[in-house]
Amino acid sequence: MSPVLEPVVPLSARRRTVPRWLRRTTGPLVLLIAWQVCSATGVLSPDTLASPGTIARTASDLIGDGTLPHAMLVSVQRVLVGLLIGAVAGVSLALVSGLSRLGEDLVDATVQMLRTIPWVGMIPLFIIWLGIGEAPKIALISLGVTFHLYLNVYAGIRGVDAQLIEAGTSLGLGRWGLIRHVVLPGALPGAMTGLRYSLATAWLALVFGETINADDGIGFLLNRAREFFQTDVIVVCLIVYAALGLLADFIVRTLERLLLQWRPSFTGK
Amino acid sequence: MATELHGQIGPVEKETPAEIPADGPADGPADAPAGPDAPAAVRVHGLTRTFDGRAVIDRLELTVRPGEFVALLGHSGCGKSTLLRILAGLDREIEGEVLVPRTKAVAFQSPRLMPWKRVWRNVLLGLPGRPGRAVAERALAEVGLGHRSTAWPKTLSGGEAQRASLARALVREPDLLLLDEPFGALDALTRIKAQQLVAELWQRRGCAVLLVTHDVEEALLLADRVLVMDHGVIAYEREIGLDRPRDISDPRFAELRAELLDRLGVVAPTAAPTAAPTTATAASPAASPRKAA
Ligand SMILES: Nc1ncnc2c1ncn2[C@@H]1O[C@H](COP(=O)(O)OP(=O)(O)O)[C@@H](O)[C@H]1O
Ligand SMILES: [Mg+2]
Repeated sequence: MSPVLEPVVPLSARRRTVPRWLRRTTGPLVLLIAWQVCSATGVLSPDTLASPGTIARTASDLIGDGTLPHAMLVSVQRVLVGLLIGAVAGVSLALVSGLSRLGEDLVDATVQMLRTIPWVGMIPLFIIWLGIGEAPKIALISLGVTFHLYLNVYAGIRGVDAQLIEAGTSLGLGRWGLIRHVVLPGALPGAMTGLRYSLATAWLALVFGETINADDGIGFLLNRAREFFQTDVIVVCLIVYAALGLLADFIVRTLERLLLQWRPSFTGK
Repeated sequence: MATELHGQIGPVEKETPAEIPADGPADGPADAPAGPDAPAAVRVHGLTRTFDGRAVIDRLELTVRPGEFVALLGHSGCGKSTLLRILAGLDREIEGEVLVPRTKAVAFQSPRLMPWKRVWRNVLLGLPGRPGRAVAERALAEVGLGHRSTAWPKTLSGGEAQRASLARALVREPDLLLLDEPFGALDALTRIKAQQLVAELWQRRGCAVLLVTHDVEEALLLADRVLVMDHGVIAYEREIGLDRPRDISDPRFAELRAELLDRLGVVAPTAAPTAAPTTATAASPAASPRKAA
């Protein structure tokens, strides 16, 4: 007796479903509509939260009169300067302690000890030391960035495969050759992870730094809006923070795609 | 073809002539098997290497002639890799005298290519001067990998990666090629091809080769001389006089195989008429069972 045969249906022949992207945007869209409806019917008072429509209008006004672009420029500048200082410090320290035993003994224990201090808690000290200008904000950003980059680059250097170092030695590479061709490229994935974390930290530090005292930048807009209960402006500022964070993440991803294309796990084509 | 011995490895404080012209009068170790004046690609005298007080290599003597293909057999953990790393200059916490050529190259069991460098850049890594890409391309073509020169190492198959590693070793034009179980991780078919490739390259280049392996057949297929390492010394050695290319079905091959397995303390499989391993045809040497690693 022969078995009953049934066809194996090709995937493409299955009934058309709603495209994935549409399904994924449904949730946020429903939320947005609900929000707008609540605002329009008066369930949500503008003093609690402005309506999406108001927020969109406020955003276009703020962009139109140049307030928002200027504030963004100031804030991005703070992040970039802080990031640069933090990156130089973090990577230098990691190189010193990653590449030499003496450096490790001198630097690593110290950094590990300082790392236990929550960097946000340093704000009062920074204000006392550096006043209330740009310096304390940049210092706060630099500090957060330094620790993240240090930890990841250091771990990256120490995690380089000893077999590859031995192979490099057998190929006749000297100390600097090994560092250049084996250790540093090997530490790059760790460094990129560190960069990603430190960017996130940098934005966080920016928000903290700017809400304490600022006469310029997104944080300043945010603070002033709070005083006048302008919830629309507050939401616009939050959206800007989020967008800038996304942009930073995009930049890191692009950088990774360029620098880490040798990794088999990489599928960002 | 004389190899210039160079660079005494190890006990740095000891003052001995750093270079011995191989074809001139040399004051090598008096009791070296090949005689002190004979040209040599490797000369080891009274070599000892201890790990935590345990002598893994214990007053070992070894001479390799220029252009000679030597296979080093031995149980896992008997110190083969340790000896090879010492000859490569990678381990210098040693006692005794070790003379090796200035130009030597190593291929390890895993290819150890730098994953962040394309294959051709891996081949050129560490070469003195600034050799052009053509040099790498030539070496890669020699191992049949010319078409993969711009690939990332992680995209190579096991056999391809091992060939790239071989090209990287050969491009240095070594007088001594050190191979540490280079075929150990390859599948049987790929291994046969890789063995043939090494035999070809060796015959073309004429460098001395020290092949560490745990595979008796591999040793018999490739080597002029087979050494068995045990208890930190070369416990046994055997010249292999078989004609090349070697035929695994040759009765003398089977004899040598049994003899070496015996030396390694493995009971050679008795030739049962149904499953005699040595009756496998030369065309399919993979069909014969290999010694368990
Ligand atoms: N770095 C090390 N530290 C301590 N023991 C080691 C080290 N390297 C090798 N050994 C020991 O030396 C012995 C020989 O190792 P090895 O040369 O790798 O053996 P094999 O003949 O399998 O290649 C082993 O017992 C191993 O445990
Ligand atoms: Mg080994």
